Amino acid sequence: MISQFFILSSKGDPLIYKDFRGDSGGRDVAELFYRKLTGLPGDESPVVMHHEGRHFIHIRHSGLYLVVTTSENVSPFGLLELLSRLATLLGDYCGSLGEGTISRNVALVYELLDEVLDYGYVQTTSTEMLRNFIQTEAVVSKPFSLFDLSSVGLFGAETQQSKVAPSSAASRPVLSSRSDQSQKNEVFLDVVERLSVLIASNGSLLKVDVQGEIRLKSFLPSGSEMRIGLTEEFCVGKSELRGVRREVSLFPGYGPGIRVDEVSFHSFVNLDEFESHRILRLQPPQGELTVMRYQLSDDLPSPLPFRLFPSVQWDRGSGRLQVYLKLRCDLPLKSQALNVRLHLPLPRGVISLSQELSSPEQKAELAEGALRWDLPRVQGGSQLSGLFQMDVPRPPGLPSHGLSTSAPPLGLGPASLSFELPRHTCSGLQVRFLRLAFRPCGNANPHKWVRHLSHSDAYVIRI
Amino acid sequence: MPYLGSEDVVKELKKALCNPHIQADRLRYRNVIQRVIRYMTQGLDMSGVFMEMVKASATVDIVQKKLVYLYMCTYAPLKPDLALLAINTLCKDCSDPNPMVRGLALRSMCSLRMSKLDQWGQAEVLNFLLRYQPRSEEELFDILNLLDSFLKSGSPGVVMGATKLFLILAKKFPHVQTDVLVRVKGPLLAACSSESRELCFVALCHVRQILHSLPGHFSSHYKKFFCSYSEPHYIKLQKVEVLCELVNDENVQQVLEELRGYCTDVSADFAQAAIFAIGSIARTYTDQCVQILTELLGLRQEHITTVVVQTFRDLVWLCPQCTEAVCQALPGCEENIQDSEGKQALIWLLGVHGERIPNAPYVLEDFVENVKSETFPAVKMELLTALLRLFLSRPAECQDMLGRLLYYCIEEEKDMAVRDRGLFYYRLLLVGIDEVKRILCSPKSDPTLGLLEDPAERPVNSWASDFNTLVPVYGKSRWATISKCHGAERCGPELPKTSSFAASGPLIPEENKERVQEVPDSGALMLVPNLQLTADYFEKTWLSLKVAHQQVLPWQGEFHPDTLQMALQVVNIQTIAMSRAGARPWKAYLSAQDDTGCLFLTELLWKPENSEMQISVKQNETRTETLKSFISVLETVIGTIEEIKS
Repeated sequence: MISQFFILSSKGDPLIYKDFRGDSGGRDVAELFYRKLTGLPGDESPVVMHHEGRHFIHIRHSGLYLVVTTSENVSPFGLLELLSRLATLLGDYCGSLGEGTISRNVALVYELLDEVLDYGYVQTTSTEMLRNFIQTEAVVSKPFSLFDLSSVGLFGAETQQSKVAPSSAASRPVLSSRSDQSQKNEVFLDVVERLSVLIASNGSLLKVDVQGEIRLKSFLPSGSEMRIGLTEEFCVGKSELRGVRREVSLFPGYGPGIRVDEVSFHSFVNLDEFESHRILRLQPPQGELTVMRYQLSDDLPSPLPFRLFPSVQWDRGSGRLQVYLKLRCDLPLKSQALNVRLHLPLPRGVISLSQELSSPEQKAELAEGALRWDLPRVQGGSQLSGLFQMDVPRPPGLPSHGLSTSAPPLGLGPASLSFELPRHTCSGLQVRFLRLAFRPCGNANPHKWVRHLSHSDAYVIRI
Repeated sequence: MPYLGSEDVVKELKKALCNPHIQADRLRYRNVIQRVIRYMTQGLDMSGVFMEMVKASATVDIVQKKLVYLYMCTYAPLKPDLALLAINTLCKDCSDPNPMVRGLALRSMCSLRMSKLDQWGQAEVLNFLLRYQPRSEEELFDILNLLDSFLKSGSPGVVMGATKLFLILAKKFPHVQTDVLVRVKGPLLAACSSESRELCFVALCHVRQILHSLPGHFSSHYKKFFCSYSEPHYIKLQKVEVLCELVNDENVQQVLEELRGYCTDVSADFAQAAIFAIGSIARTYTDQCVQILTELLGLRQEHITTVVVQTFRDLVWLCPQCTEAVCQALPGCEENIQDSEGKQALIWLLGVHGERIPNAPYVLEDFVENVKSETFPAVKMELLTALLRLFLSRPAECQDMLGRLLYYCIEEEKDMAVRDRGLFYYRLLLVGIDEVKRILCSPKSDPTLGLLEDPAERPVNSWASDFNTLVPVYGKSRWATISKCHGAERCGPELPKTSSFAASGPLIPEENKERVQEVPDSGALMLVPNLQLTADYFEKTWLSLKVAHQQVLPWQGEFHPDTLQMALQVVNIQTIAMSRAGARPWKAYLSAQDDTGCLFLTELLWKPENSEMQISVKQNETRTETLKSFISVLETVIGTIEEIKS
């Protein structure tokens, strides 16, 4: 099965190395792996690499390389799953996953690996089971402070939103804090959606794809039951469209149903109350867990968060290119989008840029042959614009017609947007409630944090 | 019975079960237990009293024992840890003097089902089950039904493990295989858009594998395979490959639009991959693609122009109908091509189709002018051939520069290959223009043959054993080299396993092809290639001769005339005419000639109702030895086709 497991820093320094079977090479495989990785031609995938009868399979996680080697023709799905489970597990036990935490907790990591894998075979990866065997306490770098938000590697997406959200408490180890009783009873529930959209140059929507996850990180004693209530109108699959909804769905944006195409639950989730009340029941172990994954294509219940209205003037003769971009945010008035960045590839050789932006907090610059327009904060219902003028050198040999056209020059576009939408889910899915059956022994009530967040995966608008 | 009150009910029952007074009274105790069973039957969650019930099993009252065992078997999967406690009692009961108690205990122990296996265990078991061979169809479907739930697992490893097992167990039931692949579509697509790029990549490789057998399988989900600019290169390349393979009449417009967007990507490698992709789609949707490619030339970007011209060269060869459009697009390209590959492609196009491109001689003249500073020998070789070809169709414009080029190549060139080629053409010209024409412009090989060769649809069984392994991730050809050196280096117990991976699968047809090719070499018989007989001549000769040999070969099941025709061509047996596919009975007329000029005319007659193939061979000279060799060649080919098919 698995011959070796090692963790490398982003620069290739070995942080952890463990040989399970003693059947292949020595420590230098870690170095070999990094050399192979960096020397790989661009069109080859680094996910699985081969060297002298040994396969390297790795994932990148939080800037680290988690690598296993094996000499057998194994299941790639299984191994990748194991690696990402290991990443979560290490995060659970060390507080968060990163170069610093790993090197501070070497003993703990080795102890964990010892229990998880035996002679290269997986024993268990359950945080719960492992708690019985793990003795080492995690070393945490410094006491958590609410004011020190910059260094926080938060559970869930690292976003502006989560920085202002509860506390850095989610990134602490599951085992430690035995002294710190008040912090112990916390549970974090994140609904995170990734949005990928493709809009044609005439404004018609070509593709919408939402990948959603409900992630839970619990510090409650294991086995304490919780119930997660989802939006009651939540339904799964296109076939579930009932008569009423089918009529209404003629007017997208006003349909009452929150529909997703496909959904899968973690095996811990009890679905007895799902059909009747849209309630998920589970007794989560301590640590992180993806309760539910879902995806939705093509039909969004709400309008897209952004529309872009570009207009391009190009004077072939002088090479003057003028791009006017109007960005409309169609979020509800109270919502806002953060860290919005528009990326627009430009024709080769563009040199100068002059800009007129509609508000002072925006910024635009040329970078790597593309225009980058940063809008730190966009309020729902607002409209922002930017006028950009550039000089494109005339390709040699091209007859200078001197015609001003609205046809874009080749090499311009497509524009892509990246952004975060705090407190917003594109599918409309919300967590109605999170109820805990757990009664703490002290009088401190468990803290429950429920967060909703959408962010862009690929939001592309053709020009 | 009120659902909401179940907690109170459990509490009350728990109290009753613990009550020593009740425990002392056999009838009352039994009564309480009966109530538990009743609630259980009604669907209330009675797992809360598991501990108390386990205690209640330690009794001499057989009725009570039976009730408790019934309870335990129902709730053991929910409370696996507590069920372990029950095993103690059960073990004790197994040594009870009363045979009834012993039997009861044994039976209960067997029906304790614990959902103990975690996802890793499940994946392991599914992998282990691959070794099992069901004894009957009934058993096979029983197994499939039992394992069905694993296809819905939340763990991709388990889902893929189950899929592989299904594909392999159902190897004789293609419709079951297709069903399984339909069901695994959802999980695979989800993995393809996973946040983990590694998982995404592996899933994409498997999607491509499935597309080889079921080209339409993901066509309606084509948008899922559009690239986003932030993705790593290797994922984008896989996605482009997938897009090429799933393109169909409905989505071709959108897919091409998307690919066109990639052609201007900042990364030159990715842009070139997208152009090649459009080129491969052009084999089916020629006009649309040629138009897009022509537009790309307008960009006047070196890295784009060179790839477009290379794509044009391949396209003109495979789809001659687009020659006109390509010829119109070419003028002006030469300004934006600097690399060897691009120059070669352009020069080749100018040489072969120069008569349709007005300025072809002048473009070539530029190349001849600058031949001294040309760094790539391959470009010079191409230039020689192209100019000679163009000279044949436009002698007046080319004669002078051809002379200069030949002079340069023979007198000044330092690369021996170029020099020899120059000398060769020079001597050829000395023989006379007709001879040059005969050699340079003789019939070309059939380009459509290349299309036939790339295996259009491979059966699922050819890769089922590779599913959920590293083979699709590395790609078939890289895997072959890996397992080859792997096998040479290692001689551990894993060796037979890995080598079996290399041997199975779609490599078989290729191996067979080699075998077929060996046959004419090994015997005394040498069949000449490119024998050209007209149908009329064949018919005349056929009617004038007598059957020299007739024999019948067994032929079961399906029949693919294309494959047969291809295989025959490999051994230099030409097909003169054949019935359309699906005709019953099916006939084909073949001809071949050996190096001594002896003609072999053959009729194949396939009668599906007798499941046999009748071969009749006629010969224009009576020579038994060569006839025998010819028959054996024919037999081998037909035998091989039959083997591939089964």
